Amino acid sequence: MIEIKNVSKWYGTFRVLDDCSMAIAKGEVVVICGPSGSGKSTLIKCVNGLEPFTKGEITVDGISVGARSTNLPKLRSRIGMVFQNFELFPHMTAADNIVLAQQKVLGRGAEEARAKAQELLARMGLSEQAAKFPAQLSGGQQQRVAIARALAMDPIAMLFDEPTSALDPEMITEVLDVMVKLAEEGMTMAVVTHEMGFARRVAHRVVFMDQGAIVEDATKADFFGKPRSERAQLFLSKILTH
Amino acid sequence: MGVYNWNWSILFKEPYLGWIISGFGNTILIALLAWAIAFPLGSVIGILRTVENRVLRLAATTYVEIFRNIPLLVQMFLWYFVVPELLPADWGRWVKRDLPYPQFITVVLCLGLYTAARVAEQVRSGIEAIPRGQRNAGLAMGLTPTQVYRHVLIPVAYRTIIPPLTSDFLGVFKNSSLALTIGVLELTAQSRQIEEYTFAAFEAFAVATVLYCLVTGLVIAIMRVVETRTRIVGAITVGG
Repeated sequence: MIEIKNVSKWYGTFRVLDDCSMAIAKGEVVVICGPSGSGKSTLIKCVNGLEPFTKGEITVDGISVGARSTNLPKLRSRIGMVFQNFELFPHMTAADNIVLAQQKVLGRGAEEARAKAQELLARMGLSEQAAKFPAQLSGGQQQRVAIARALAMDPIAMLFDEPTSALDPEMITEVLDVMVKLAEEGMTMAVVTHEMGFARRVAHRVVFMDQGAIVEDATKADFFGKPRSERAQLFLSKILTH
Repeated sequence: MGVYNWNWSILFKEPYLGWIISGFGNTILIALLAWAIAFPLGSVIGILRTVENRVLRLAATTYVEIFRNIPLLVQMFLWYFVVPELLPADWGRWVKRDLPYPQFITVVLCLGLYTAARVAEQVRSGIEAIPRGQRNAGLAMGLTPTQVYRHVLIPVAYRTIIPPLTSDFLGVFKNSSLALTIGVLELTAQSRQIEEYTFAAFEAFAVATVLYCLVTGLVIAIMRVVETRTRIVGAITVGG
C-alpha cells in the first residue's frame, strides 16, 4: 500500500532523512519511534507530500507522491492524517470541521456530509460535542474530532504524527482507545509515537529511527523481545523505565 | 492679548454651513472610495506575500515597500504633478484636460494605493500568525492551496486583524485631509476657508474636529460590533 524507497532529504547540507526504505502493507499497523529529531515526523509527512524529499521514491497505492504529474490534493484526500496539535479549524464547529473537505474535496452534498459527521462523532463518543468549537473541547476530544475528520474522507490509510504527545496523561487513553479500535478494524496505519503500550497491543511492526535513518524495522515480537540494535535498546531502556 | 469673540452662530450661516456640509461630504466620499480600493487591493497583495510562488511574492513585497516608504504627501504630489508628465503624450493630455474632477480622483487613487500597502501588511501578518500546521491540515485532507486560503487561512486571519484594520480604516478619514494640498475642498480645507473669511478659527476647526471624531467614533463602534459578531468562540481575547 505504502512504499518508501531510498528516500533522502537535505535541509541545505543537513541530512534529515538518510536513505530510508520501508513498506506498509494493506491492513498493517506500523509504529515509528525514535528520539526527537530523528526524522520520524518528516518521514511520515513525506508520505502525503506535505514535506518534499530530495531523493528516492514514495508510492501510495501505486501512485508516486513525488512525481510532478501526480494530482497531490486527490492523493492526499485518500490518506488521512492526524497531527500532534490536532489542527482543528478554530472558526468551525466540530461538525463543520468534519464536513468541510467532504463537500469541497469529495463533492458530497450537505446532508450526506453532515450525516457522515454525526455518525463518526457518535463512533468517537462525541455526539454531544458536534456544535461546539474546538476551543470548547478538551485536548482528547479535539484529537478524536480530528480523527473523525480524517476518517470522513474514507481513507485507504491513516498517518498519525505523534497523536498523543500534546495530551494530558488522562486524555491519552481515550485517543489511544479510538486508535486501537481502528487498528482492529483493519485500517492501514503508520503511527509516529512513543506509546510503547500501543505498539505492543496493535502494531504489526515497529520501525526505529535515529539521525534520519531507519535503524531497525522489526516485527513487534522481535523489537520488544530479541536482541536488536544498541541504539534502539538504549532508547527503549530510557522510555520504558517510567 | 485681547478677548476672543466667540461666534458659534457663524457656523450655521450661509455660505459657511454649506461649505462645512460639502467639505464633510467630500471627506466621507474620499475616504470610502479610497477604502474601496485599499481593502480589496491590499487583501490581494497581502495574500500574495504569503504564497509559495516567489515571483508573485516579490511583486507584492515591492509594492508594499514602495507605497509605505514614501511619505503620503510626497505621493500625493507625485501623482498630481509628476505622473501625468510621465504618461504617453496622449494620455497625459487627456489627464490634464479631460479627466473630470482631476484632484478628487488623484486623491482617491493616491490614498487608496497607499492604504492598500498598509492593509496588505495587516493581512500578511494575520496569515503568518496562523501556525503552519493549519495549512498542513487543510492540504492533508485534499484541499487545494486556494481552498486552504479560502476556507481556513483567510477566515481566521481577518478575524485576527480586525483591530489593526480598524486603525487603517480610520487612517483614510484622517489622511484624506491631505487632499487640501492639491486643492480638494474637503472638511479641513473648508474649515480653513471659513477661518480665512471670518477669522473664527476656533469655531471653524472645532467643528472639523467634532465631525472627524464623530465619524471615527462611528467607525470604531461598527468595527467593535463586527469584531464581536465574528469572534471565534473560546478564542483568547484581550480586553473584550
